Amino acid sequence: MPTPSTLGPRVLLPALPGALRKLDPRTLWRNPVLFIVELGAAWTTVLTVRDPGVFAAAITAWLWLTVLFGTLAEAVAEGRGRAQAASLRRARRDTVARRLRDGTGAPEEVPATELRRGDLVVVEAGGTVPGDGEVIEGIATVDESAITGESAPVVRESGGDRSAVTGGTRVLSDRIVVRITQRPGESFVDTMIRLVEGAARQRTPNEIALNLLLLALTAVFLVAVVTVQPLAAYAVGGDHGLGDDPALGEHGINGVVLVSLLVCLIPTTIGALLSAIGIAGMDRLVRHNVLAMSGRAVEAAGDVDTLLLDKTGTITLGDRHASAFLPADGVPAAELADAAQLASLADETPEGRSVVVHAETAHGLPARAAGDLDGAHWVPFAASTRMSGVDLPDGDGTRSLRKGAAAAVTGWVRERGGAVPAALDAAVDGIAASGGTPLVVAEACGGTARVLGAVHLKDVVKPGMRERFAQMRAMGIRTVMVTGDNPRTAAAIAAEAGVDDHVAEARPEDKIALIRREQAGGRLVAMTGDGTNDAPALAQADVGVAMNTGTAAAKEAGNMVDLDSDPTKLIEIVRIGKQLLITRGALTTFSIANDVAKYFAIVPALFVGLYPGLAALDVMRLHSPQTAILSAVIFNALVIVALLPLALRGVRYTPGDASALLRRNLLVYGVGGVVAPFAGIKAIDLLLQFAPGLS
Amino acid sequence: MSDTQAAVLFAGSLVVALAVLHVPLGDHLHRVFTSPRHTRAERLVYRAVGVDADAGQRWGAYARGVLAFSLVSVLFLYLFQRVQSRLPLALGHDDVPAPVAWNTAVSFVTNTNWQAYAGESTMGHLVQMAGLAVQNFVSAAVGLAVAIAFVRGFAGRGTGDLGNFWVDLTRAVLRVLLPLSAVAAVVLIAGGVVQNLDGAHTVTTLTGGTQTLPGGPVASQEAIKQLGTNGGGFYNANSAHPYENPSAWTSWVQILLMTAVPFALPRTFGRMAGDRRQGHAVVAVMAALALLSVTALNAAQLAHHGTVPEAVTAAAEGTEARFGVAGSATFAAATTLTSTGAVNSAHDSYTGLGGMVAMLDMMVGEVAPGGVGTGLVGLLVLAVVTVFVAGLMVGRTPEYLGKKIGPREIRLAALYFLVTPALALGGTALAMGLDGPRASMLNTGPHGLSEVLYAFTSAANNNGSAFGGLTTDTPFYTTALGLVMVLGRFVPIVLALALAGSLARQRPLPATAGTLPTHRPQFAALLAGVALVLVALTFLPALALGPLAEGMH
Repeated sequence: MPTPSTLGPRVLLPALPGALRKLDPRTLWRNPVLFIVELGAAWTTVLTVRDPGVFAAAITAWLWLTVLFGTLAEAVAEGRGRAQAASLRRARRDTVARRLRDGTGAPEEVPATELRRGDLVVVEAGGTVPGDGEVIEGIATVDESAITGESAPVVRESGGDRSAVTGGTRVLSDRIVVRITQRPGESFVDTMIRLVEGAARQRTPNEIALNLLLLALTAVFLVAVVTVQPLAAYAVGGDHGLGDDPALGEHGINGVVLVSLLVCLIPTTIGALLSAIGIAGMDRLVRHNVLAMSGRAVEAAGDVDTLLLDKTGTITLGDRHASAFLPADGVPAAELADAAQLASLADETPEGRSVVVHAETAHGLPARAAGDLDGAHWVPFAASTRMSGVDLPDGDGTRSLRKGAAAAVTGWVRERGGAVPAALDAAVDGIAASGGTPLVVAEACGGTARVLGAVHLKDVVKPGMRERFAQMRAMGIRTVMVTGDNPRTAAAIAAEAGVDDHVAEARPEDKIALIRREQAGGRLVAMTGDGTNDAPALAQADVGVAMNTGTAAAKEAGNMVDLDSDPTKLIEIVRIGKQLLITRGALTTFSIANDVAKYFAIVPALFVGLYPGLAALDVMRLHSPQTAILSAVIFNALVIVALLPLALRGVRYTPGDASALLRRNLLVYGVGGVVAPFAGIKAIDLLLQFAPGLS
Repeated sequence: MSDTQAAVLFAGSLVVALAVLHVPLGDHLHRVFTSPRHTRAERLVYRAVGVDADAGQRWGAYARGVLAFSLVSVLFLYLFQRVQSRLPLALGHDDVPAPVAWNTAVSFVTNTNWQAYAGESTMGHLVQMAGLAVQNFVSAAVGLAVAIAFVRGFAGRGTGDLGNFWVDLTRAVLRVLLPLSAVAAVVLIAGGVVQNLDGAHTVTTLTGGTQTLPGGPVASQEAIKQLGTNGGGFYNANSAHPYENPSAWTSWVQILLMTAVPFALPRTFGRMAGDRRQGHAVVAVMAALALLSVTALNAAQLAHHGTVPEAVTAAAEGTEARFGVAGSATFAAATTLTSTGAVNSAHDSYTGLGGMVAMLDMMVGEVAPGGVGTGLVGLLVLAVVTVFVAGLMVGRTPEYLGKKIGPREIRLAALYFLVTPALALGGTALAMGLDGPRASMLNTGPHGLSEVLYAFTSAANNNGSAFGGLTTDTPFYTTALGLVMVLGRFVPIVLALALAGSLARQRPLPATAGTLPTHRPQFAALLAGVALVLVALTFLPALALGPLAEGMH
């Protein structure tokens, strides 16, 4: 997906027609700040036509540019989504579905658009899934790259938590029967297209509140500017000695100048960029392959107080890995490692493979494969025996090696007349106490059996989780790990991962109870889930992120879907939510802070002809009243374009406590907002003094 | 002692006194408004009025109480003045003319105490005592009640209950204002303020001329005039009159009285909100803005630009010699900062920039520390707006004291801040745009504009002090200023109560490391900055044509 990082003509030009369309007052009035600028521009146009002049024409032109820059900002933000929507539409190209007739089960060909909820369709290798649904029969590999951008195919199968398929994806192998779960026109891809195009965008409560504040500020400045006119008329007092003062006439302040003053004071910068910020926020989520069903959910993500995280797959890698071999008394470590490796070669489970790898990496054994040994009889791992192993020819007898669950292997040893040393029981208990899973390795040779030692299998916490949770804590977010493990194991992993709290032996209903408890204390809760039994909790959570691989029920219950099915994405989502709010606040502050400098440019320019003492306010020493006013108007317009990349990208966000964040943002956008326009207006004025036709 | 030293000593000793006084007074206010017990006198009042004193009110009922009580007060006070000549103790004064009676009734009920009349030559003792002085108590009590209800909005736990207006009003009068005024009156009498029921005495002076010495129950009225941030003088000369304010030290006491309750309320707020540090932040903002104003006003008056001030080393014109320039400037700052409006010097005669500081004090919305009650409310509403923008910058939906600031809260807070500037500037523009009202100005040029701007700013913010120079007993000004006073008082009060109701319905959210802390110097500085920038941006164009044009040479 192309990510335009800079605003070149390639980005701006295509957005121009849309920006011009947005100038229509019938739609622009929804943005009161820009609407007022447009009214002002229209009025100065009339004034300029009646009384032409370079100054009035220049002001008028720049006022129109101010409105245009504002609509352009929104159009650019929408345009970024449009490119994405186009590629999605290609995925939704007209597909023909093979629907199974009721009763007979014979397939018939119908256009995908005619599918209803509950229809059964059959999709075979090479076919496109005609709509969102659930696999009810079969297993297949599916290419979901059209939706997720991820090229590796994924497995979809009936039953369980990997049964959901999305319309527009391609089946690569095998044959599946899918029950359609969407209504026509409401597929996932349809939703996604609407979201990225900004068509479905509704203003969030926070955006509405900010709009109200901007409206009130606009009203205050409107009052300030409108009421100054009779005052100015009184001050002029029919004084015709003003001559050709650019700002004042016998009736008070000239219309063009009055409009300039108003436009410079009302918060045009944030007014122009506000909706672009919102669209860009959704867009950033989509770029992270997360679909938010509403902007409200994105903002709620920024407010999250408690993060509920499943242990398996989120905090830990999901598989347990061998982390140590504990030899029994009198058994050399190398012998145990060798035996453990041999016994695991036929074990294709991740745990088994990890034993092989650990023997290689920690004990320097050569890599071996099952085929390397002649005459070996392999015993693959089975859930019923809970062991794997190998029988090797050893002289005239057989040497049997077994590795597996502690109870299974010690039983195997006893059956063969061997004894289990007490020290082993202690080692096994020790491993369990530390949160690990113990395995036992044993050998039967020449009629006797003996225990060789234990293997410590450990839940491996994903790298970097500790740091991420520390960041969360700094942001004021509490992390709670939820696991079905026993309390001892749970506590050990919680301590290792650095979460704030954990719930052990959790059943699905415990999750929802926990969410309710947190919410009763006024906290906002976020969680991820994929299974059908997660659905109630996903619906209850303030931010529920469903995995794309999950069931249709889970996806429907959550208010976001992660296309990558990466549960740690929740942390990114929180960041994006916060960044969205910070960008709004920062640009509002900047916009208001700008007014200070504009006053120092315009107010002396307005009245210095009348009261020369006011020249002391002209701290920028601008060339003339005309260039001063025009410079302020031009700066006001250009700053919109200058800040557009920031609005689209979002301001930099480093997790930290609120005070530090505020200090930094106030310094950059508050103090910066006061200082920057002094430099900007002065620079423009230095250029304008050479402009022909201006006094 | 130089002028500057005198100014520092005068203002500095006030700061020390307030720093000491605000703790016990704030704690007392907290006790008064949170105690579940009623005194016997209060129970009598409730029985007489027919109020269930233990029933809480939602914001609508509370606001209806405020409005109904104030409406009855206006009507009573209006009629009282209109029939004055038929009542005892009228001292031979006529009935007050209708426009002035309306203006005065509104003015005293709204705690503005703008005086379109001359006290000693218009009002008899009965109207002064049973009409005006009563309003001095209850209008301040209404302000106090509204502030307490507003704070309950922050402290509320989801019920929407703001307390009971009638209980708050009664307790504010009986447990706070009456006892404190009694003490203050005794202090003022000791300082030489007159207290009798006499009319005017005519005496022959040493040089053989005659002089009229008007008596009256001055000290008792003076105490509540300052304590309740009312400001309506018994005499036309107000606190510049030697019987109202005989010496520099009574002047000091009067400033202490007008600032006492407003500066104590933040502590009450902190205690009611369950976090004293929040109160510290609010009082720090008030104090910083107030000190800034006092310093600027003293500097402007002592910097002596112009021929006469340079000859006498300070802008002494319009000041009483017994107070001095510093004593006058500090009083002027205090009276405009507190929405009191009492004056001990003529603000009209101040330097251009000095007069502007007095105007800015009011324009900032009477929040530093503002009127009794209204000052705290104003600053807290401003804090809500500040929290909104600052809260966004820390990446959370903004919240203040655990209450979320959403669209409804912002709408009410923003409207609150729209009302007063719109009234002040709109009124000024209207007056300057009409020939008749323009003719009421004493001066031409920027100074004349300042007179009108000051009048409407004072009325809109319920301050009540006048720049002087402007003839305001014309039908236009009595009506226009009266309307501005009513709207400037009750529209913000209703909006504030609605905001409090909205906050009270929310259950407080727990604070986390991600929550914007609102008790630290960082937030206090931001709040003060927002107050200053907003007022500067709103009023600079108008000020540029008035005091700035006059003051910058």
